[in-house]
Amino acid sequence: MTSRAEYCVLACADAWRDVGEVLASPMGTVPALGARLAKRTFSPDLLLTDGEALLVGLDGRTEGWLPYRRHLAMVTGGRRHVMMGASQLDRFGNQNISCIGDWERPARQLLGVRGAPVNTLNNPTSYWVPRHSRRVFVERVDMVCGVGYDRAAAAGPSATRYHRIPRVVSNLGVFDFATPDHTMRLVSLHPGVTAEEVQDATGFPLARADEVPCTREPTAEELRLIREVIDPQGLRDREVPS
Amino acid sequence: MTDKTMTPEDVVARLRSGMTLGIGGWGSRRKPMALVRALLRSDVTDLTVVSYGGPDVGLLAAAGRIRKLVTAFVTLDSIPLEPHFRAAREAGGFELGEIDEAMFMWGLRAAADRLPFLPVRAGLGSDVMRVNPGLRTVTSPYEDGETFVAMPALRLDAALVHVNRADRLGNGQYLGPDPYFDDLFCEAAQSAYVSCEELVDGFGAAPVPQSLLVERHTVTGVVETPRGAHFTSCVPDYDRDEAFQKLYATTPWPEFAARFLHGDEKSYQSAVRTWHEEMR
Repeated sequence: MTSRAEYCVLACADAWRDVGEVLASPMGTVPALGARLAKRTFSPDLLLTDGEALLVGLDGRTEGWLPYRRHLAMVTGGRRHVMMGASQLDRFGNQNISCIGDWERPARQLLGVRGAPVNTLNNPTSYWVPRHSRRVFVERVDMVCGVGYDRAAAAGPSATRYHRIPRVVSNLGVFDFATPDHTMRLVSLHPGVTAEEVQDATGFPLARADEVPCTREPTAEELRLIREVIDPQGLRDREVPS
Repeated sequence: MTDKTMTPEDVVARLRSGMTLGIGGWGSRRKPMALVRALLRSDVTDLTVVSYGGPDVGLLAAAGRIRKLVTAFVTLDSIPLEPHFRAAREAGGFELGEIDEAMFMWGLRAAADRLPFLPVRAGLGSDVMRVNPGLRTVTSPYEDGETFVAMPALRLDAALVHVNRADRLGNGQYLGPDPYFDDLFCEAAQSAYVSCEELVDGFGAAPVPQSLLVERHTVTGVVETPRGAHFTSCVPDYDRDEAFQKLYATTPWPEFAARFLHGDEKSYQSAVRTWHEEMR
């Protein structure tokens, strides 16, 4: 039986389908496994990093050099699709990883904005949320780090020109912003999850069709790759328990 | 030729309260920690610190030396959230100039190139604009007419960086995989101080030329401080001291400072060795 974590790996991998010869920048365990699954199967041209300053093939061999300054050039050049984490995410895809509460005197200081502002204006940015809850999916984020559709539109053509949030993957389902007003839409449910359950765990109303399909099933080969080649130690289950 | 070698104390003697200080490295990687420790032993305070932040920020924040911090993040990498930075920030301990990683780089670049600003497609639409109300935008003078953030130059009074090797003239060589932005920090600063694992008499007949990162015309002083980036990484010389970093992150500040930061750099390194021996 396919585990919840395996559906999540699959849904993340599909974010890098048909993206061409770009850098897959996964943040978090499940997105990292997804990027490697995508490269091993349907997106062999993807570029992957060793997590430091090297571009590496699936066999671990170095094929390029990507220190931070060149990584930033890859962002602004647009040849990258990043999947970031989110401490908070709202219905328009505004993301926060900086702090919780009032910025002037935060209740909880987190990482800081990092590269979220430059990422979201320059290359496709997807999000991964391992624990879907009302604490993460909020009515309004406390600090806009990653720019959502409404804020990009308000900021004008320079902000919208390359702005795109292809998808959000959580432990409950897959989401996009393909609605007339670019609000978040439930695209698929991981098997065993109901639409009501997702809505209950979300702090704003989600757009959805009357019948929401299930996240696709892995092929036998994809399952074998996840279990035997990409993640034999089962790191995926630590991030997403079944 | 000018011999620029100094001790950590010589470097700190040239720093003044109220200065804008750039600190090289990235997160918990290749931070000029020996120089930061020397700074902690001085009475220099009220600093504007410009850093891709790691424990350099945590230490200076815990000791109350920071008036303003300019950064895109502060992290210990393997420990994502820096506890001392967080505590100081949640207590309102200093002013924060929060900008994006790319804005930070272009700010250094502008200072290095003696430009007032550089345009950047970052910040627009984000709350970086709200929390930095002084940021301005600029419109392209060409047909596209696009609007960008005009990232102001991050001019530094002084920069501190750490590399694997340096010569007495101030040329610095990094041997790890990532230069970070250490050369830019030096170029953006009025005075730059380079600490190194090993002081060398030239780099040999055929050095890998692109590893010669820091150029002497941008450097004021050179300090030989073996294990001077400890507990951050300085590959290939050493990896991050994860056990010690964990101790740093979980020990109340006064206790940590009393045990490890009471004396000079030699006594710090010796206290670290003793701690490791006790842990065996």
